[in-house]
Amino acid sequence: MTALLARAPGVSAVRRAARANQLITAGTLIVAVIVVVAVFAPLLAPYPADAGTATHPESALQAPSLHHLFGTDQVGRDVFSRVLYGARVSPVVALFVLLIACVIGVPLGIAAGYFGGATDEIIMRVTDVFLAFPALLLSLAFVAVLSPSLTNVTIAVAIAWWPWYTRLVRGQAASVAGRPYVEACRTLGIPRWRILLRHVLPNSVTPLIVQVSLDAGGVILTISALSFLGLGAQDPTPEWGLMIAEGENYFTTAWWLVTYPGLAILVTALAFTLLGDGLRDTLDPRRLPVR
Amino acid sequence: MKLEIRDLRVRFGDRLAASVPALDVGAGEIVGLAGESGSGKSMTIQAVLGLAGTAGATVTGSIKLDGAEVTGMSPAALRAVRGRRIAAIFQSPAAAFNPVFRVGAIVTRALRLHGLSGAEARDRAAAAMRSVLLPPELLRRYPAQLSGGQLQRVAIALAIALRAEVLLADEPTSALDVTVQAEVLELLRELRDTRGMAILFVSHDLAVIAELCDRVAIMRSGEVIEQGATQEVIAAPRQDYTRELLAAVPRLGG
Repeated sequence: MTALLARAPGVSAVRRAARANQLITAGTLIVAVIVVVAVFAPLLAPYPADAGTATHPESALQAPSLHHLFGTDQVGRDVFSRVLYGARVSPVVALFVLLIACVIGVPLGIAAGYFGGATDEIIMRVTDVFLAFPALLLSLAFVAVLSPSLTNVTIAVAIAWWPWYTRLVRGQAASVAGRPYVEACRTLGIPRWRILLRHVLPNSVTPLIVQVSLDAGGVILTISALSFLGLGAQDPTPEWGLMIAEGENYFTTAWWLVTYPGLAILVTALAFTLLGDGLRDTLDPRRLPVR
Repeated sequence: MKLEIRDLRVRFGDRLAASVPALDVGAGEIVGLAGESGSGKSMTIQAVLGLAGTAGATVTGSIKLDGAEVTGMSPAALRAVRGRRIAAIFQSPAAAFNPVFRVGAIVTRALRLHGLSGAEARDRAAAAMRSVLLPPELLRRYPAQLSGGQLQRVAIALAIALRAEVLLADEPTSALDVTVQAEVLELLRELRDTRGMAILFVSHDLAVIAELCDRVAIMRSGEVIEQGATQEVIAAPRQDYTRELLAAVPRLGG
């Protein structure tokens, strides 16, 4: 009985490690491909000018062929080139959204969790207000106020996103604040900023790392959705969501206009989700090697 | 006497958390503090460390270290005493170590906070590890990579490295299994005999106290109700409560 109980977690830990490794490998591989595509888009794209202001009305809405692998759009631009260039837009915007959300959310969460009391109450009630609305709706409202553009979409989505990280980090920071090693720091008279930076922060962010990589996919989808609604990137920016929005009118006759940008969104979101899943399995504290 | 406690009272508002009329711990002596959960054992330890105040309690009475009053010291003066001259080990060593730092980094930083240079701190840490029978290489590990017993010994090594004169041990073996517990108890005996440390050993386990301590004080609902040489208290308890505690010790085949 005891032997069985002792062995069970060991086996599952090994399996979980293997699974985590596969997920991380797959996720990292796809992300690497996306990065390479983004960096070398001018070399890889057969018609780099089509990602800009060029139009070729004479060759509009051509089906995929050897000349145009993903076909052409309503103004004759090469969809393949635009999808490749899109790797420079959505993932980069997502990166900035997550960065801003962390920069706002993490310090507030640490402060709320560590100090507690009134600080905690105020910060958490503010996040409650934000979290009461769906992220997409809230971003929509902000960007409508700010006027549609890619920069404003970045800001709007980040504003809707940070409260999740504040919540997550707050819970961790609150539990860390009560640990004996943090109490020991306090009695040793170590400056508060140093306790927060060296002891509370590193012990609070593990779940955040996982959450951020899981969210990358969601952010890309949100940005694409906003662009699709005409509130984000504006033509001729090769943003995937925007490309789908523009191709929607021709969907019944030119399926390639929505399908390829859609696949690009899918693959990117999937890559980050795989990465996040794998990280979650690896960073789980119960998986730290014993002895 | 190394540590002298007189008329110590720890209160939370109107409620008395601990009352110790008199308790002495001499150099080279282990004194036990026994009692059920909530009887004020840990509060007494916190008061000696000067930590009861930060927990919101009011502390009155006198605590002397080598005849010098500790209560009422300034926070800075108290910090120089606490850790350096009075060290403490607690029930859950795993919670006492920050999991993101290597054990060695935690130990040397504590030593440097008490005024040692980097090289001195490293040498002393390694020497202290050897005296608790752990290979100094373990200093390069992370806390999660050591067992509870090993971590508790690292905590004791830190007290040794700081040349602490008084060790407050708050249920240091309660979270350890019996064989590891025996090793830690042996280590405490050695600290008493070879280094002349004064040890205040808090436990709810009278069997452990009987085996380890020279003298014992029994606490109940915040007050010390009986104290004396361990053998006498156990052979002829004067209080009913002490008899109950003794009767509660499980015996093999009993």
